[in-house]
Order: sequence, then C-alpha cells, then structure tokens
Amino acid sequence: MTTAQIDRPILLSVRNLKKYFPVRRGLLQRVVGYVKAVDDISFDIYEGEALGLVGESGCGKTTTGRAILQLQPATAGTVLLEGQELTRLRGEALRRIRPKMQIIFQNPYSSLNPRMTIGRALIEPMTVHGVARGKAAEERASELMSLVGLNPYFVNRFPSEFSGGQRQRIGIARALSLNPQFIVCDEPISSLDVSIQSQIVNLLKRLQRDLKLTYLFISHDLSMVRFVCDRTAVMYLGKIVELGESDAVNRRPLHPYTQALLAAAPVADPDLEATRTRIVLEGDVPSPLNPPAGCHFSTRCPRVMDVCRRVEPPFKEVEPGHQVACHLY
Amino acid sequence: MTLNSPQGKQNTPLLDVQDLEVAFFTKDGVVAAVNGISYRLGHGDILGIVGESGSGKSVSSLALLRLIPEPPARILGGRALFADGTGAPRDLLKMAPEELRGVRGRQIAVIFQDPMTSLNPVMTIGNQIAEAIRVNLGQGGRAARKRAIEVLSHVGIPRAAERLDDYPHQFSGGMRQRVMIAMAISCEPKLLIADEPTTALDVTIQAQIVDLVKRLQAEMGMAVIWITHDLGVIARLAHRVNVMYAGSIVEMAPIREIFRAPSHPYTLGLLNSVPRPDLPRDAELAYIEGAPPDMVRLPSGCAFHPRCAYRRERCLSEKPPLLPIDAEHSAACWYWEEVRAASARATPPQGPAT
Repeated sequence: MTTAQIDRPILLSVRNLKKYFPVRRGLLQRVVGYVKAVDDISFDIYEGEALGLVGESGCGKTTTGRAILQLQPATAGTVLLEGQELTRLRGEALRRIRPKMQIIFQNPYSSLNPRMTIGRALIEPMTVHGVARGKAAEERASELMSLVGLNPYFVNRFPSEFSGGQRQRIGIARALSLNPQFIVCDEPISSLDVSIQSQIVNLLKRLQRDLKLTYLFISHDLSMVRFVCDRTAVMYLGKIVELGESDAVNRRPLHPYTQALLAAAPVADPDLEATRTRIVLEGDVPSPLNPPAGCHFSTRCPRVMDVCRRVEPPFKEVEPGHQVACHLY
Repeated sequence: MTLNSPQGKQNTPLLDVQDLEVAFFTKDGVVAAVNGISYRLGHGDILGIVGESGSGKSVSSLALLRLIPEPPARILGGRALFADGTGAPRDLLKMAPEELRGVRGRQIAVIFQDPMTSLNPVMTIGNQIAEAIRVNLGQGGRAARKRAIEVLSHVGIPRAAERLDDYPHQFSGGMRQRVMIAMAISCEPKLLIADEPTTALDVTIQAQIVDLVKRLQAEMGMAVIWITHDLGVIARLAHRVNVMYAGSIVEMAPIREIFRAPSHPYTLGLLNSVPRPDLPRDAELAYIEGAPPDMVRLPSGCAFHPRCAYRRERCLSEKPPLLPIDAEHSAACWYWEEVRAASARATPPQGPAT
C-alpha cells in the first residue's frame, strides 16, 4: 500500500520543526517559559497527496500549518518545498514563493474582507503577484467561480450576500487564484452545517484530482480525514504520535491516544455505540507550557508504563509506512 | 425523592408541548423560528433534538422557560404542559414570572454551549453553586457549601472541597462544563435541558461529558432534552429523537428507528453525509443540495422542497404534517414510504474494526 506513495516524488519535507511561543510575565516582561506549540516534528508530503493532520484543540496542528507556510517564523527546523528551504527566506524571495503554497481558512466569515466584492477578492492576489491583470484577471476570476461551483454572475456581490458554504467556496477560489501546488486546508469544514460539509469535501477532493494539488488537511474529525486523506498524522501536545496510511490508522490504530480518539468520536449508529469498546480518557490535555516528562501522553494513557514517565519514546516505523511514538512498540 | 410512584406518572407525560410557535420580529422581517411543533417527553426520557443552525432547536427549547429575548422574540401560540407530579399539569407558557421562577432551576435546569459565558468570572465556583442552592432550595451558609462540595464531586471534579474557592478561569473547558452540570443538578430537577453542551469541547472531553450526563440521568431519574447538530452524540445518549428543519419537526422516532429507517429526506441526507468508515476514498460523499432556507422567506409548502430529491408538485404547495409511520415514528413527508424504502436499501453502517 505504501509503495504507491513512495513512487511519487516528495513535494514538501518538514524536519525537526519547532515553534515555541515565549511567555512573558512581570514588569520587565521577562521570558518565564515557552509554550511548545510544535515540538520537533518531521514528515514528508508526496506530490498529489492529501496528508491529514488530526488532533484536539491546542495540539499544534494549526501552528504546524502556519509554520510550514512561513506565516509564522519557525523557532527551529527546516521546511523544504521542492528542495528549496523556506525557513531562511525573507522579503522578496519569500514573496516569490508564496503563490506556490496557499491556505484555506476555517472561518469563511472572518477571512474575507466584507467591503470587497468577490471579484476584487479574487483579482487582488493575481495583481499583487503579477499573475494576471485587467481583462485577463477578470476572466480568470469568473473561471475560478465556475470551478468552485459559484455562478460567475455574482462576481460583483459582497461576502455578506452569500451563505456559509458559498463563502467557503469563495475562500477556496481565492486560494486557487495563483495556481498553487500546495494548499493547507485548516479545518475548512468545521464551521459549516453538517448538510453543507459534504458539499465542500466533495469539492476539495475534485479540485485535488483535477488540478493535481497537494493538501495538508488539518481537522479534528478523524472520519472525514480518513475519507479525504491518503495518509493521516495524529498530533498530541506538539508532537506527532502516529503517522500512516489513513485506513491503517483508522482500522489498526497503534498509539493509545489514536485509539482513544477513535473510540471517543461518536458514530451515528446506536447499536454500534452500545456494543463497541469505549476508552474514555481521564482528565484534560496538560498545559503545553509545562508538558509531562517522558511521553507527553503518559498522564492520560490507559497503558502507561514506568518508562513512559521518564523517557520520551522515539518516533519509529513499526509496520511499513506506519510510524508511531510509543514504548509499547 | 424523584422515584416515588413511577407507575402513576407514566400516563401523564412530564412535558407535553402543543403547537408551539415562536417568531422574531426584526427590522428585516418576521423570522419564523418555530412553526407549530408538538411533542411529548416522558419522565426519565432522554430526547435528542437534532438540527442545523437556525432550525429552531434551541429557540423551541429555551422558549419553554422564556429564556429567549422578548422582544424581538414573541411566543405566538401553543401550550407547554409540565407535570411535576404535585398536581395537575401547568402550562409553562402561561405562568406568571414569579411562578416560572419557581420552575427554573428547581424543576427544569439548563446547561449551555459555552460554560465560560454562563459562569460569572469574578465569583468563585463555590459561591456560584451555593447561590443557586440558596435561591432554589432556600439553603444557605454551611448547608449550601456542603451541598456544593457534594455535587462537584458527583460530577467528577477531583478534590472538590479544595477547588470550591477557585474561579472559573482556573478550570479547563471540560471542567467548567462539569461545574455547570453540578449547578444544574444541585436542585435535582425533573428535566435537564442541555443546549449543545459539548459543541465547544474536544471529542475526548465530549465523551466524558456525555457519559457523565448518562450516569446522572440513570441515578437521578431526571428527563433530558439534549440539543445538538451531531447525530453521533445522539446515538450514544438519547432514547428518542426529534429532527428539526426550518422551525418544524420533520421526523420523530425512537433512537434505533431514526438510524435504521430514516423516513424523511432531510434525515436520510444528514445520515448519508457523514463518511462511514467503509466508504471508499474515491467515492463521492452524499450531500444535500443547496443551503438552509432564509427563515424570513420560508419556501412554500414543505420548507425542505428546494433541496429535496423526492419533491413533487404537491410539496411546493402543501406543507406535510407529521404523518404516522407506526405508533412511535412519524415523518413530515408526503412520500415517506419512498424515502423509507430507499433508506432500507442502503448498506448498514459499519464501525471501525478496533
């Protein structure tokens, strides 16, 4: 199963990525500690692949996406896009590479300028990056609208005249306006009504296939990630704890956290709900300001051992293409 | 105290809502939020109310306690007979403010989606719970504090006595929701209305809260109305379900029925739009066309018709009432038999092989 992936070239390579946010206190605003939002993660994304990044709020999945796109400077580590190192790029060099990588935001209400017509919102990135201007840009804008299932006739309307699902389509069209290769989809459906979510998911999948796009798909919904993504990475408290083929991660989850996450996600089937094994995790996610020693999950892990509280487990491959950071393996 | 003569109570439902109608009078027009809904809730029942934003699921429930802003909202009609077991059922919608105050908290308690905005940030948890106990049960001082510790430990807050003097910001989101639940159950209400209490929480915390409410319900015998957009949570918790769309109940059924034989096109569409674990990745996910309607200008006839794959002429002009399928299952669709046949053909869902 994994060979299909390995045959493809690597588009994006993340190595030992860290993003720490300093915490300042007191009159002199001295740094008293760091929130280790992303703490030494490494993975590759193959060309044309959708990699899912799953985890609960505060696990660092959104920060990972932003650090990759250089929207926030990384504290340490490297990000290679087609072999080009991004973390050292500044100014014009960084600006030139931006069209290749775009983002679709969670909330289509706050990510669009309410005073800008849809047409202008779509044309602006094209003129800024010199992709197209004037008549050509206008034509491209209506092309993009048709592509995402919006009537180009509405090009002069404002975001407030559209529903949530339509606004997310506009956000997608805007991300596509610069012909990117790589798109970070940051919880693109979680603010939408259930009946609209599947429309947007189908659209994202169709665009990926037709335009040969590569996605980093960030979500807290494991079932949706399994459906959209070839491979799934699970994050907990700044670390990737498991990464593998989506089907393998869902059917044979290795890490106790992945198992708990799958068990906690409700399934729309009362019989299954009544019979399936339940792992209810005790307590809350610890503060990333002061994560537990050893394995970060050790404070909530139902299978915790002595070693887990002392030694951080290495991230290793235990089945072909299936990596996990856990002392059980 | 909640379980005396349970047999006698079975006949009169705890809550009997009839033709409830609520509208919001805004500058953009009249928002038809709740359009004549009727349902019954038995003692100790768990009813799930499922719907999307704007479906009227919250408004219809909060209106029972007049917890909606009036104006712009106005209850246009209907009755909500509440039988607390002490006398003849009383209509919540006709109660004087003073009488209703005796019901709120004491007989019917509510927990909301965002516990941070429901708790007072400058008041300790202990004082807030004690206040609820003092107001509702008339116990003060030591007794109230003792009861607060009791309910906090009951909802699974470790070292409850020590945490009594903490402020809300010192609790995590999941713990804050436990505090809200503690406050709600402190007076042993007959009915708990839970308005999307886990929507803001992570799945592992959501599972804890759902299990907690299930446990409390079994121990205390209270009835629960659980409002959500998540059919999965309902599957785990509820006995019965009302599915709402555009201010109306479109389907009403026992929990297993709604998943086994959904008979309204909207319910079927909702169930199919969640990817099942065995759905191939190259497949297209089923979806419902279009978007929820503008509640100021509801479509004619059946409000779902513009999005419905089963619509015919009749649906454009005649609004279907809830048509009985069997004693406990009904659907507001002229062509429910076709929908039911289609849902029976669909493969039964399979869970992850864990």
